[in-house]
Amino acid sequence: MDFLEFSEKNIICFDGGTGTLLQERGLMPGEHPETWNITHPDVITDIHKAYFDAGSNVVCTNTFGANALKFSDEELENIIKNAINNAKNAINLSKTPHEKFVALDIGPSGKLLKPLGDLDFEDAVSVFAKTVKLGVKYGADLILIETMNDSYETKAALLAAKENSALPVIVSNAYGEDGKLMTGATPEAMTAMIEGMGAFAVGANCSLGPKQLSPVVERILAVSSIPVIMKPNAGLPKSENGKTVFDVGEEEFAQEMEILLKKGVRIAGGCCGTTPAYIKALKEKISKTAPVPVTKKDITVVSSYTKAVPFGKEPLLIGERINPTGKKRFKQALVENDVSYILSEGIGQQEKGAHILDVNVGLPEIDEQKMLVCAVTELQAVVDIPLQIDTSDACAMEKALRRYNGKAMINSVNGKEESMHAVFPLVKKYGGVVVALTLDENGIPETARGRVNIAKKILETAKEYGIEKKDIVFDALALTISADARAAKTTLEAVKLIKDELHAHTVLGVSNVSFGLPNRSAVNSLFFALALGNGLSSAIINPYSAEMIKTYYSFRALAGLDENCADYINASKEFSETTFGSTDAGAKSGDAKEQESALKNAIIKGLKDKAAQYTKALLEKESALDVINTEIIPALNIVGEGFENKTVYLPQLLISAECAKSAFEVIKNAASREKSADNGIFVLATVKGDIHDIGKNIVKLLMQNYGFDVVDLGKDVPPEVIVEKTVELHAPLVGLSALMTTTVPAMEETIKQLRKSAPWCKIIVGGAVLTKEYADKIGADKYAKDAMESVRYAQEITGKQ
Amino acid sequence: MTVYTKTYDLGKVNKKEVKRYAGSGENAAFPYEILDECIGKAKNALSCKVCYAVFDVKICENNLDFGAFSVKSKNLAKNLKKCEKAVIFAATLGVGIDRLIAKYSAVSPSTALIFQALGAERAEALCDAFCEDIKREFGAETRPRFSPGYGDFDIFCQKDIFAVLNCEKHIGLTLNDSMLMSPSKSVTAVLGIKTNEN
Repeated sequence: MDFLEFSEKNIICFDGGTGTLLQERGLMPGEHPETWNITHPDVITDIHKAYFDAGSNVVCTNTFGANALKFSDEELENIIKNAINNAKNAINLSKTPHEKFVALDIGPSGKLLKPLGDLDFEDAVSVFAKTVKLGVKYGADLILIETMNDSYETKAALLAAKENSALPVIVSNAYGEDGKLMTGATPEAMTAMIEGMGAFAVGANCSLGPKQLSPVVERILAVSSIPVIMKPNAGLPKSENGKTVFDVGEEEFAQEMEILLKKGVRIAGGCCGTTPAYIKALKEKISKTAPVPVTKKDITVVSSYTKAVPFGKEPLLIGERINPTGKKRFKQALVENDVSYILSEGIGQQEKGAHILDVNVGLPEIDEQKMLVCAVTELQAVVDIPLQIDTSDACAMEKALRRYNGKAMINSVNGKEESMHAVFPLVKKYGGVVVALTLDENGIPETARGRVNIAKKILETAKEYGIEKKDIVFDALALTISADARAAKTTLEAVKLIKDELHAHTVLGVSNVSFGLPNRSAVNSLFFALALGNGLSSAIINPYSAEMIKTYYSFRALAGLDENCADYINASKEFSETTFGSTDAGAKSGDAKEQESALKNAIIKGLKDKAAQYTKALLEKESALDVINTEIIPALNIVGEGFENKTVYLPQLLISAECAKSAFEVIKNAASREKSADNGIFVLATVKGDIHDIGKNIVKLLMQNYGFDVVDLGKDVPPEVIVEKTVELHAPLVGLSALMTTTVPAMEETIKQLRKSAPWCKIIVGGAVLTKEYADKIGADKYAKDAMESVRYAQEITGKQ
Repeated sequence: MTVYTKTYDLGKVNKKEVKRYAGSGENAAFPYEILDECIGKAKNALSCKVCYAVFDVKICENNLDFGAFSVKSKNLAKNLKKCEKAVIFAATLGVGIDRLIAKYSAVSPSTALIFQALGAERAEALCDAFCEDIKREFGAETRPRFSPGYGDFDIFCQKDIFAVLNCEKHIGLTLNDSMLMSPSKSVTAVLGIKTNEN
């Protein structure tokens, strides 16, 4: 009988821990247990056999840490080959009659992925792929990805397993006492992603004893449509006479497990501290328990790397601001590769209450594939709500979905054969909830019925690709009423029909409805209210629009979704303020004279909102250049000199710099932007191996304040990349930062390469461990002890004082 | 050898220390209102964990033998003088604070700086709380904690510490090739247990 067949009718008994057993047999602390597959095959086989004898249906190979980061290719192959052989020998030696299988065991790589750590996602996929291929080659029956404590690494391992094998893959995560992974994901978020990517089973192991792990497993059971695995520790470790023992005994362990078996766990075993005796006790309970059928949960859900956002509980807001359509400032940001502008739009929308962020960076003059991946990756470092990947380029969509940490929303597919053929395989492979536009080769149907018929067709085709209704959200298409008086009525009807007849979720790009009309927010917000009344599940809106947010919170309160109207009352505090939204901060235009020196003072005092207001008012009377040269720069100089004289400290310096930045942002937004003096573009980077960039960011901010154009290459940047960009821009100045003694060699190497390929450029270095002497030694032109000194040097070499 | 883990809820923030870590002079103004906001935001973002093990230590001149690994360091040998046992630990605040620093680096470097300083203060507070626990549990005085990278205690010793404590598995702490730890607000150190005279 094969594994899948066996699992259909049975609760599967896994094995228990090996670590403590190996320690008893002489494994030294710090020694790689995986090497014992080769050096002590008898011991490993013996342990596997003991588990089979105790009742295990599956034993996991002794390959928890067997990966290409720890072992050479040759060692790795040897380890996995022997590990699988040892497990298979144990099957032959064990005389018990039950079904027996071998699972290739895959644990974490030992590295944290970018952006938190230094391992690139694709590198992680390659590392796991090597282990998976060897597991397939030597005949494992299934794959267990276990003890993963990070969502992104879990995705890398699962992707590697799915891409390189046809074996069933079980994915089990290590949750802490707080019910989350180390990097913050909830059981619901992990289940959404893992199930979406087509794992055979999902669950939890390690970290906790059975009782403490139960709440997590129950949460997984509540949302999972696939079998659930549970492999807890034997409680907590303690030391007795120099031996490690655990505080939950065999009987107690089995009893706690029995409770969860009855609640639906279909794969059970033990982790740290459990022994064949525990598995024997567990197996007795399994034999007496009827397997609970695995049921479809029919939950439409997207997830980020920390949380799951389900549809249906309340209407969801999808922020539309990350999109260049009709937004001059956003286009400029894209062309200038100004990622921090995109990030601030993301953070701002989340703060205004968006549940999901649409990400669209399609612009003819930029490389969309590259930019989309960049935007998705960078956004996921700073916002923890799910993203909606919005592109018509299937290649860009795949690249972004691959890198996405969670189960994404995908925008969009439509009823055209070609579109479904391109998009559905991606949904199937990477998981996701896809927005389906109710249009096809014949265009947009004029009637609601016509749109419902397309929705039905899309559902049927999706089924052929193995995609269920729960992973599709229909866009009933909001069209502009200025072109067709019945447009809104048709859309509203279609929303209702899709909900009532197809029992599917819906989405609308609400603001299209008012295109071409004056005072659009009035129309938009009422249309939004009507659509919500017709059962709309989600809306793509501008979260900075006070009218839309008012409508949303009012609807929730009226629909009984807001207990005690608490959210409405809370949100109302913001409605009453005259300025709503950071980007459109309005300014009272007063006497320009009054605004002068007022701006200067606002920057010196660090009043961010005021600085923006005064700048806006000043710009009505004066040129941008005048505002910069008579207000902003003098203010910065006063603060900068204070910093140099130690009357002002770093926090103040930065707050003033941010004020100046908000003033510059207003200037940038203003139509008549005069080009500042051309000093060339400076290149900044934190060197390879170093992942700390706060110092470099401070330098960047101040440099920009003083009117220098800066390209920021980020952190952990290889020398070649820095050289390439410097040559490409013919940059006159390169700033390098290193925080650790261990990364200074990378700085030295970068300087060496720069001298060779970009002999014209000046190199300035800084960072916690550097000194002037050291900077001289590694051949830098200048050591700057702080950000102000960097600015002074930049002024010196450009002759700009 | 048993590796233990402990989880901590830390007490009040020492705001003066944060100010110092942020590079502010003693008498300078400091945006305490921003700090208070940061403390509020960091509250649910911290996941303070320590993993550790107890080692017998044999010192022969400047060579220290911990059983699982050995290291040569004059400064550490001096620090552990007359200690027969030492606790080696790794402590981390988790990834939450790194995410806050990254988030605010993008929109407000001054806030990021304050999170950075707050993280430094919290990491020290975590180590202090842990070391107090160890003192109490052993009923003995301890030496000041000593980390790889201090004096001549080779930073590459981090590798040995990570191998024996299995930090990745126990507290989610990882090490890169430059010996940098992720999450960044983390500490590894050796804590000498003074041998009781009687």
